Amino acid sequence: MSTFANLTLIAISSMLVNNFVMAKFMGCCPFLGVSGKIKTATGMGVAVTFVMAMASVFTWMVQTWLLAPLGLDYLRTIAFILVIAALVQFVEMIIQKFSPALYDSLGVYLPLITTNCAVLGVAILNIENNYTLLQSLTNGLFGGLGFLLAIVLMAGIRERLENANIPQALRGFPITLIAAGLMAIAFLGFSGMIK
Amino acid sequence: MKRSKALTILRNGLLDENPTFRLVMGMCPTLAITTSVANGFGMGMAATFVLIFSNLFISMLRNFIPSKVRIPAYVVIIATFVTMAELFLEAYAYSLYESLGVFIPLIVVNCIILARAEAFASKNTPLYSALDGLAMGLGFTGALVIISAIREILGSGTILGFHLFGANFQPALMVSSAPGGFITLGLILGFINWMTNRKGGNKE
Repeated sequence: MSTFANLTLIAISSMLVNNFVMAKFMGCCPFLGVSGKIKTATGMGVAVTFVMAMASVFTWMVQTWLLAPLGLDYLRTIAFILVIAALVQFVEMIIQKFSPALYDSLGVYLPLITTNCAVLGVAILNIENNYTLLQSLTNGLFGGLGFLLAIVLMAGIRERLENANIPQALRGFPITLIAAGLMAIAFLGFSGMIK
Repeated sequence: MKRSKALTILRNGLLDENPTFRLVMGMCPTLAITTSVANGFGMGMAATFVLIFSNLFISMLRNFIPSKVRIPAYVVIIATFVTMAELFLEAYAYSLYESLGVFIPLIVVNCIILARAEAFASKNTPLYSALDGLAMGLGFTGALVIISAIREILGSGTILGFHLFGANFQPALMVSSAPGGFITLGLILGFINWMTNRKGGNKE
């Protein structure tokens, strides 16, 4: 299989078929917490996409050039989370400088990207699947785009839900989770696309 | 250690501030690995271990960690204990290690653990903090066991691997697949809200 075909396959797989939120349950906290408005959801999604792509590259380098040659594989979790924390700090500084409005609306959620499972998850999955640098970048970038897609769709649904007549007990988190479940069923439709 | 404060901490973790059902935190493992009771219990115990020791050590170091770098410092402490739990499971419970897979290292980014470090361990003495870790961990484990019991019974017709309904039972595969996780948890949370509202209504 040519390199390009292989990369396309990884891209479709991580964005749609094995969508991080809908199929792997990674990144559920921001997905449920920041999906109230389309605008903030888009900002969060873009920030996560950027961090996931960058984290894929940097953690791949750390693993291949530092941990593997020195036989320090058992330090992977600690090393990766430090790389990710540094990256997030960096992204936070950039957003603060170039888009204070976005910074204000994302506010407390930016540091939370550090504790987004999808970021650490994609880094670990890249290593477990023995991906090359290019494959890791593809997986991270399109995994992030899949997250962006899911969180924006969810925010669209939730903006409509605000005006809907929902039974008292189901308001808030329960109806959000049920809506997410129905969305996940839609995403199951992609599962025949690969293999 | 005062008995009343200890009891309050236990009660908060198990019921009043149950991390899963009340605070709705740590959703990723809650949804992902609750397909069988064994997985749910294993994940709960691993998280409890990490919670107790990360709370204990963060509390002991709370006066030495500068507040500007506290989050990275907490994360490193948590990651250390997660690595220990990961190596332990790989050595002594390999099948559990296999089925939990990537979600064991992902305990590091479980919001519950960092939230307890920030909200409790950084302000309280080591003994109370360890107890808070235990209570929150058991509350999390209990929630995982409840969710995974529902999903295992409906989704594969078994409990802890034993078949319940005989050979003719058609399991609702939907419940153990990804969408079923979201919907099951949504309905459980709705049920808890309904119970709470009803109780509140009676008091008035």
